[in-house]
Amino acid sequence: MVGKSEPINGTAKSQPPPSPLSPKSPDLLSGYFSFKSLKLKTKQQELLIRVSILCLVYILAFVTRLFSVLRYESMIHEFDPYFNYRTTLFLTEKGFYEFWNWFDSESWYPLGRIIGGTLYPGLMVTAALLYWGLRFLRFAVHIREVCVLTAPFFASNTTILAYFFGKEIWDTGAGLVAAALIAICPGYISRSVAGSYDNEGVAIFALLLTFYLFVKAVNTGSLSWGLASAFGYFYMVSAWGGYVFIINLVPLYVLVLLITGRYSMRLYVAYNCMYILGMLLAMQIRFVGFQHVQSGEHMAAMGVFFLMQVFYLLDWLKHLLSDTKLFQAFLRMTVTSAVGVGAVALGVGTASGYISPWTGRFYSLLDPTYAKDHIPIIASVSEHQPTAWSSFMFDFQILLFLFPAGLYFCFKRLSDATIFIVMYGLTSMYFAGVMVRLILVATPAVCLISAIAVSATIKNLTLLLRAKTKAPQSASGKGGSSGKAASKGSLDQSQPFQKNGAIALLFGAFYLLSKYVTHCTWVTSEAYSSPSIVLAARGAHGNRVIFDDYREAYFWLRQNTPPDAKVMSWWDYGYQITAMGNRTVIVDNNTWNNTHIATVGRAMSSYEDEAYEIMRSLDVDYVLVVFGGVTGYSSDDINKFLWMVRIGGGVFPVIKEPDYLVNGEYRVDKGAAPKMLNCLMYKLSYYRFGELTTEYGRPPGYDRARGVEIGNKDIKLEYLEEAFTTSNWIVRIYKVKPPNNRW
Amino acid sequence: MATATARSAVLLLALISFLLLLPFLAAALSVDSPKGRRVLVLLDDLATKSSHSLYFRSLQSRGYDLDFKLADDPKIGLQRYGQYLYDGLILFCPATERFGGSLDQAAILDFVDSGHDLIIAADASASDLIREIATECGVDFDEDPLAVVVDHIGYAVSDTEGDHTLIAADDFIDSSVILGDKKIEAPVLFQGIGHSLNPSNNLVLKVLAASPSAYSANPKSKLSNPPSLTGSAISLVSVVQARNNARVLITGSLSLFSNRLFRSSVQKAGSSTRHEKAGNEQFLTEISKWIFHERGHLKAVNVKHNLVGEADEPAMYRITDDLEYSVEIYEWSGSSWEPYVSDDVQVQFYMMSPYVLKTLSTDKKGVYSTSFKVPDVYGVFQFKLEYQRLGYTSLSLSKQIPVRPFRHNEYERFIPAAYPYYGAAFSMMAGFFLFTFAHLYNK
Repeated sequence: MVGKSEPINGTAKSQPPPSPLSPKSPDLLSGYFSFKSLKLKTKQQELLIRVSILCLVYILAFVTRLFSVLRYESMIHEFDPYFNYRTTLFLTEKGFYEFWNWFDSESWYPLGRIIGGTLYPGLMVTAALLYWGLRFLRFAVHIREVCVLTAPFFASNTTILAYFFGKEIWDTGAGLVAAALIAICPGYISRSVAGSYDNEGVAIFALLLTFYLFVKAVNTGSLSWGLASAFGYFYMVSAWGGYVFIINLVPLYVLVLLITGRYSMRLYVAYNCMYILGMLLAMQIRFVGFQHVQSGEHMAAMGVFFLMQVFYLLDWLKHLLSDTKLFQAFLRMTVTSAVGVGAVALGVGTASGYISPWTGRFYSLLDPTYAKDHIPIIASVSEHQPTAWSSFMFDFQILLFLFPAGLYFCFKRLSDATIFIVMYGLTSMYFAGVMVRLILVATPAVCLISAIAVSATIKNLTLLLRAKTKAPQSASGKGGSSGKAASKGSLDQSQPFQKNGAIALLFGAFYLLSKYVTHCTWVTSEAYSSPSIVLAARGAHGNRVIFDDYREAYFWLRQNTPPDAKVMSWWDYGYQITAMGNRTVIVDNNTWNNTHIATVGRAMSSYEDEAYEIMRSLDVDYVLVVFGGVTGYSSDDINKFLWMVRIGGGVFPVIKEPDYLVNGEYRVDKGAAPKMLNCLMYKLSYYRFGELTTEYGRPPGYDRARGVEIGNKDIKLEYLEEAFTTSNWIVRIYKVKPPNNRW
Repeated sequence: MATATARSAVLLLALISFLLLLPFLAAALSVDSPKGRRVLVLLDDLATKSSHSLYFRSLQSRGYDLDFKLADDPKIGLQRYGQYLYDGLILFCPATERFGGSLDQAAILDFVDSGHDLIIAADASASDLIREIATECGVDFDEDPLAVVVDHIGYAVSDTEGDHTLIAADDFIDSSVILGDKKIEAPVLFQGIGHSLNPSNNLVLKVLAASPSAYSANPKSKLSNPPSLTGSAISLVSVVQARNNARVLITGSLSLFSNRLFRSSVQKAGSSTRHEKAGNEQFLTEISKWIFHERGHLKAVNVKHNLVGEADEPAMYRITDDLEYSVEIYEWSGSSWEPYVSDDVQVQFYMMSPYVLKTLSTDKKGVYSTSFKVPDVYGVFQFKLEYQRLGYTSLSLSKQIPVRPFRHNEYERFIPAAYPYYGAAFSMMAGFFLFTFAHLYNK
C-alpha cells in the first residue's frame, strides 16, 4: 500500500487507479511524476488524478458518440426521434403552454392526437432548455443541433453519475471503472449516439440518478436525499415510460430488505419520502396522471408503502409492550388483518375497475410469449423481440463475464447498497432477456457490477504485489475487502509464484479491458451509428453507396402534394412523414389506436377495389410503401406484410393469415398464394417491377431482398396511379384516383 | 428627354395591358353563366343539317353557336393549346367508324371528364365507335346490329301498316327539372335502336323508356331466340350526369331529332286521341336545355362558419363550442343566378360518420344557415354538404376543421362537489402544523 502504481498513467478508458484508501508516502511516486515539485499532498494528487480521469471519461463518452455525425451528417435518426424533434421544434417556437395543450390534427387522421397529454415531455423540455440556455449565452445554434447532441451530452453526464454511484456502493475505484465502462458500453451507445434523439437518451441518466439518490438516501437516512430522489424520479417519469421499472424495483428492494431483517429508520425515511413525493410529482405528468395510484403496475409500490407503516407500528408497539408473548399474539393478528385488508382492497379495486389491470406491454415482460399470442402490434416491433445470446455478447462483451464476478464480490460484502445493485442487476438482466431494447436498462447495472469486479480484482492483485515489500503495513486498510485481501496477501507470501502470478493476472485484466475498448469502438462505428433513414452499402468495387431515398420521398411529398393531403402508410413511417414531409398521416408510431392501425393493415392486405373503399372512407390521397427489391433492403413493407395481415386480421376477421401463405410458407414468387399476389401491398410494391432487371444474369423482376423472381409481373392498377418512385425504388408513392367521373 | 421616353413607354404599356385585360373585365361584369355556348356538331352527311334543321334552329335561337363539321373532317379538334374550343359536342354521326383529325374515343371521354356536355344519337347503323362511347357512359346498345325497337302495341298509328318500328313512347321520367314544368302531352315518336342501362352505373338515368310490350329485334327476320332486351328495361333516351356535372344524352335514334318527326302528327295505337304534333320538339328542346345547363344547375358559394357571436372563421374549434354555418346556394335560371329555395338542404359535421346532421334553414334569398353545438369529441371534422336531387347538379362541399379538447386552463378551477376534499386537505395541513408545534414544544 505504499505508492500508487501503474494504472495512473493508463488512459482514462478502462484502467482505474487503485483505491485511495489511505494517505501514503509519496516518495515512490516522486520518481515517476513531478508532483513533488508542485508540493501536492497525496490526497490532492489523488483528487487531481480522479478529476482528470473523470474529465477524460466525460469527453470520451461524448466523442465516441459522434461517429454517426462523422459518417453521415448531423441528422435525427430512425423513427421516434423524428416525432421528438417535431415536438421540440413546436415547443421552442410556440412555448410551453401551447405545447402542453397541443392537439395535433396532422396525425391519426381523422381522430387526431392530443400530443401534450400523450407524451413524456422530459426530453423535449430538456432539449428546449438547453437550446434556450445556449441562446441566452449568445450561441446561435439551431434546435436540430441541440437535439442531435442531447443524447451524447446526457451520456456524458451518466458517466459522472456512474462514478458517484459506484463510489456509493463500493469505492471510488469502482466508481471510476464504472464511469469508464459505461462511457463506451455498446448497450448504452446503441440508444445514445448523436442524432438518436429519443427518450432513452435522457431516461438512462434519470434512471441512474434516481437510483443513486435513493441509495444515498437509504445509506444516510437523510430526508433531503429522499427528497432529491423523489425529484430524480419525477424527471424520470417525465422522460420515459420505463419509470415503471423504478417504481417496481424500489418496492421490491425495500421488501427484500424487510424480509432479510435489514429494516431501519433510514429505509423508512428514504422510501416514504421518495414514494409519497415521487407519486405526487409523477401525477403532474399528464400522460401518467391518476395511473400512478390506479393502475396495476403501480400497486406494488403502494402495497409496500402500507406494509412499511405496519412495520413501523409494530416496531413502536414492540417498544411499548414489554411482554413478548402479548406482542407475538398482537403481531399475528396485525399481520393477518393487514394482509387481509390489502387483499380485499386490491380485489374490490380490480373488480370495480378502479384499479386498472396490467397493460399488455407489462404482461409481455412477465410472460415473453404473451405478446406473440395476444398483441401482434407489440410483437411486431423488432426491438420488442426476445434477446438473442449474440446481442448480449455484442452489447456487453467482457462485461458478461465480469457481471457474475461482480455479483460474487457484492455478495461477499453485503450492504444495503450492494443489495440494491444486485437486485437492479438481476431484474434488469431478466428484462433484457425478454426484450431486446431493455438491454439498455440493464447496461448501467452491468457496468456497475462489472466495475466492482474489475476494481476489486485489480486492487487485490496490486495488494499482492505490494504486500511482499511492505506486508505489515497493509493490514491498516480500512475496507473489509482490502483487509481480507491483505490478509490473503500475507497468507500468500509463502507461495513462491504469487508475485509473478499477480503480474500475469494484471496483464490479463488489462488485455481484456483493452479488448473491450477495441470492441466498443468497433461496434459503435460499424453498427450503432447508422441513422437508418440514410442507408449505406458497399458497392461492387468496395466503394460506399448511400441510399438517401427516404428523404427524397419525404421532400417530394412536401413539395408536390397539397398541404392537406393525407398519406397512408404502414405506421412505421408515420412520424417521419409528418416531421419531414409535413403531411397528415393516418397512423404513426404512437400506436395508441389498434383499430385504426388494423384498418390500414386491412387496406394493405385487401384487393385493390376493397382497399379503395377503405381509403376513400379515410380520405386518403396518397399511399406510401417501402420496397427493397431493387436494393436488397430487407426491412421493407413486403417483409413486414405478415404483421399487417395479423394486425388487420386481429380486428377484421375477413383478413385471414393462411390466405397469404402457401403450406405455412410466406413467399412472393410464382408459388405464392393468389391473394398474396393480388393484394394491395403486393401490387404497390411490385408495380412495374416485372420490367426491371435488377441483377445481371437474372430474369427481370428478380427481387433482391428476398432472392426470388416475383410471381406477378403484370400488375395493373385501377384505383391508384404511381405518383413518385425514388431513385433506388426504396420508397414508392401512389396517388389515389378520384372516383370514376361517369360511373 | 430620356425620362419623357420612359414615361410614354410606361403609358403605352399601361394602355396595352388595359386593352388586353378589357375582354376579361367585360366578362367579369357580365353575369357568369355556368357553361359556354360553343357547340360542335359532327355529322355523317351534311344533308342532316337540313333534315334536322328544326332542332338545330331551336338551339341557335337560344344563343348556341353551332359549328357543323363532317365527322371525318381531318381538321376537327376539340382543343388547341390545352384549351377546349367547344363547350358542347353533338354526335349526329352514327355510322362513323373513325373520326377525322385528332378526335377519337379517348378525346371525347376526356372532353366529358373535363366537364363538357355531349349528345350522342345512334341509329340502326351505329358503328362500334359510337357504341363504345355509349358503353363508356354507362349504356349498352343492343349488340345485334340489325335489331331495332319494335312495339306491336305501343306503335304509332300510320297510314300504312308498317312493321311497328315507329313507336310512340310516353313513359317519361318524372322530373320537371329535366323535362320542364310543362307536361309533355303528345307521345314522342321514336324509330331506332334500344339500349339498356349498365346496372353498375348509378349516374345514368332513363329519361324515356319503352313500353312494357316493346322488344328489341330485327323486324325483318323471324324471331328464333327470345330478344335480349324487352319491355321497359329498354331505354330509348338516357342521360348521364357525371360527377363533375358534365351532362350526356344518349339515344338510339337520330331520326328522333329530324324535322320529319318534329312535324309529324301522332296517334298511339289503342288511343283515340290524335295529337297534331308529336312530342319530339317539346321533349328535345326541354331536355337540350337541361343538357346544356340552362336548367337544374346549382352553385354553392360563400361557405362560412364561425363561433356564435363572432364573424371570423377560426382555424380550430373546441369541443362544445357553439358555431354557425352558412352557405349560399343559387340556381341558374337560363339568364341569371336566382336564389335556390328548398327545405331539404342538410349539413353534416362529419368525422368518419356524421356526428351532427342538421337541416339548413333558408332566408329565401339563397342563404342557408344553421347553428349547432360542436360534439364532445375531438378530432378532424368536416362540414359536409352533400346535396343530390334528381336533375340538379350535385353539390358536394366539404371543409375540414379540427376540433380540440379543452386547454388546461379552460376547466373549472374549483368544483363545488370537491369542497369537502379541499376542506379535508387544508384542515389536515393545519392540523399537522399544530401537532408538530405541540409535539416539539410541549415537553
